[in-house]
Amino acid sequence: MKKKMIKGSAMIISALQKEGVEIVFGYPGGAVLPLYDQLYDSTLRHLLVRHEQAAAHAADGYARVTGKPGVVFATSGPGATNLVTGIANAYMDSVPLVLITGQVPSGFIGTDAFQEADITGITLPVTKHNYLVKDARQLPGILSEAFYLASTGRRGPVLIDVPKDVFDQEAHFDYNVECEIPGYNPTYKGHAGQISRAVKAIRDAKRPVIFGGGGLIRSGASAALEELAERAKIPVILSLMGLGAYPGDRSLFLGMPGMHGSITANYALSEADLIIATGVRFDDRVTGKLESFASNARIIHIDIDPAEIGKNVKIDVPIVGDVKMVLESILKKLQFGDTAEWLKQIENWQKQNPMPGGLKSSGSAMKPQHVIREISRLCDENTIVATDVGQHQMWTAQHFMVRKPCSFLTSGGLGTMGYGFPASIGAKLAAPDQKVVCITGDGSFQMNIQELATAVNNHLDLTIAIINNGYLGMVRQWQDIFYDKRYAHTLMEGNPDFVKLAEAYGAKGMRACDAKEATAAIEQAMQEKGPVVIDFTVEPEENVYPMVAPNRPINDIIIGGDRS
Amino acid sequence: MKHVLAVLVEDKPGVLTRVAGLFSRRGFNIDNIAVGETVTPGISRMTITVEGTETLVEQVIKQLHKLVNVIKVSNLSEEPSVMRELMLLKVNAEVGSRSDIQQIVETFRGKVVDVSPDSMIIEVTGNEEKMEAIKLLLQHFGIKEIVRTGKISLLRGSRITREG
Repeated sequence: MKKKMIKGSAMIISALQKEGVEIVFGYPGGAVLPLYDQLYDSTLRHLLVRHEQAAAHAADGYARVTGKPGVVFATSGPGATNLVTGIANAYMDSVPLVLITGQVPSGFIGTDAFQEADITGITLPVTKHNYLVKDARQLPGILSEAFYLASTGRRGPVLIDVPKDVFDQEAHFDYNVECEIPGYNPTYKGHAGQISRAVKAIRDAKRPVIFGGGGLIRSGASAALEELAERAKIPVILSLMGLGAYPGDRSLFLGMPGMHGSITANYALSEADLIIATGVRFDDRVTGKLESFASNARIIHIDIDPAEIGKNVKIDVPIVGDVKMVLESILKKLQFGDTAEWLKQIENWQKQNPMPGGLKSSGSAMKPQHVIREISRLCDENTIVATDVGQHQMWTAQHFMVRKPCSFLTSGGLGTMGYGFPASIGAKLAAPDQKVVCITGDGSFQMNIQELATAVNNHLDLTIAIINNGYLGMVRQWQDIFYDKRYAHTLMEGNPDFVKLAEAYGAKGMRACDAKEATAAIEQAMQEKGPVVIDFTVEPEENVYPMVAPNRPINDIIIGGDRS
Repeated sequence: MKHVLAVLVEDKPGVLTRVAGLFSRRGFNIDNIAVGETVTPGISRMTITVEGTETLVEQVIKQLHKLVNVIKVSNLSEEPSVMRELMLLKVNAEVGSRSDIQQIVETFRGKVVDVSPDSMIIEVTGNEEKMEAIKLLLQHFGIKEIVRTGKISLLRGSRITREG
């Protein structure tokens, strides 16, 4: 049978459909025109953003909610370079993306042609893999590899750079979703011997603690984690990336560890005799001073990426594999000791050390923590919350009750201001029936504020809560504590009127300056159709506590704040 | 300690950049590197020498494995292996000193491959110690230029480093 010849651009659209892609996030331009021309005739949905960075973040938010790769189109040169922050963000947080960029025609590559940038070179350190397509005949293989790589093993972004002439080149199209790559063979099933050692370690532990991260969410391990914690009565600590993997309202949950973690979580990690680390990478924001981290504990480390095991912290029982599969194997043979005394100790820590930061808004200024608690109270358990980066992010991690996996989206590794709002757009498209709230700051929001147009244009029901303290609050906090209160360029003078700005875009804008107004505004926003921006004017000089100074032991905590 | 890694890679554009880039961005140092074909078409072999602790080299190997185009990484320093490098040296060689140089070269089983009125090119193969030793002796005459291929290495015996 003679196969039909089709254009490279048609191959891409067809491959996306075979991969089950529902929506593409993107922005057209010269070099990617043939692909957009092909898209024009297809049933694929395309979300037009207002800046390519937002396309990458929106695809990232979509991927975190669905677990499927987020797909992005952009043009060559500036289109592609604008994606870089979004790609690096996804790489650091192991989020599956497939990005297709147009490139100048093959014959022009290397000549500094108009809108030429070596995007495969530029993104080499921040992609799981990338490709420059030299011939349309390579496209089927490359596309199928890209989806396979992005969505298996340790997930990550994969970029395909396609010269303009390759979009138009015709070739046979035979798409095989199954593919084999000689140098890529992730281990999913844990080593039986190591699993037995882990079982024994759990049985013998007197003061065990589970420390889980984003890997739990990516592998869908929540049920297994819950069973382990609750059968063996082991308390659970979740990293910023892990929030939601275990319900935040259970008594075994101790909160987030590290720099702005709960005091109990940090004490528990420091005093534990066994840490069951699942899908975490022992980031410096978690471990504090490495030499004194968990010095009393043996550590079991389960991770899909062998390079994470032993990278920062010495591991006693290394298990390479899919977190869910390994936890299930452990559960089959689970034995455990009595942790009652340990849990009592933990309960005492919890009683003595409630999360600080005054919740009552006394006097004129409203406490930011109060606003976040109030949003949390008024949201149902299926609400997806996306944050930006800074103080509001840490307050959300501390005070927002996250109960389900894939419902807390935040830029953990790269710490990208500007992530939250476009991510919430992607999340809303992924889960149109769930409420989506973006908690942001006055600084962060302005990094991708142009996406208000995208949200309005697509009638997305989103609540955007600006925790507005008029400062780059987290940077100001460091200046306050470590730089002798020398507030160099952290006062956000010249902020716009966010209410008027929202209205200018055609969104609803509201302002809340005290607790009563805050409650009313949140309640109203939840009922509104389309995007709603609430500008919460909060206490400008509130700091995030507790706090562990960088490179200090995590049980050396600055408590601060008021605990009323 | 110095570790010699045999890295089998897919012969695709940019592979060397991927490997070299990984070393620089993770703060690992490449002592030397040699790249060439293998018996399997489409697969190249890189021999990379890295200096560092066991932990560092373990991390280097794990990170190399994460590169999609890298098929296999073996640490040849952990096993008996034959290691060679080729060096060319251009040495000052006035008529009076040529026989002395010749003698040194013979002792090291090297070869004189070019002679001009005032210089000679000498070819030596061997391991690192031998290279350093001859360099030290020839320095006395004045070495004008050195070029080295980087180390290459094979396991001793019938075992081979293969893709599978």
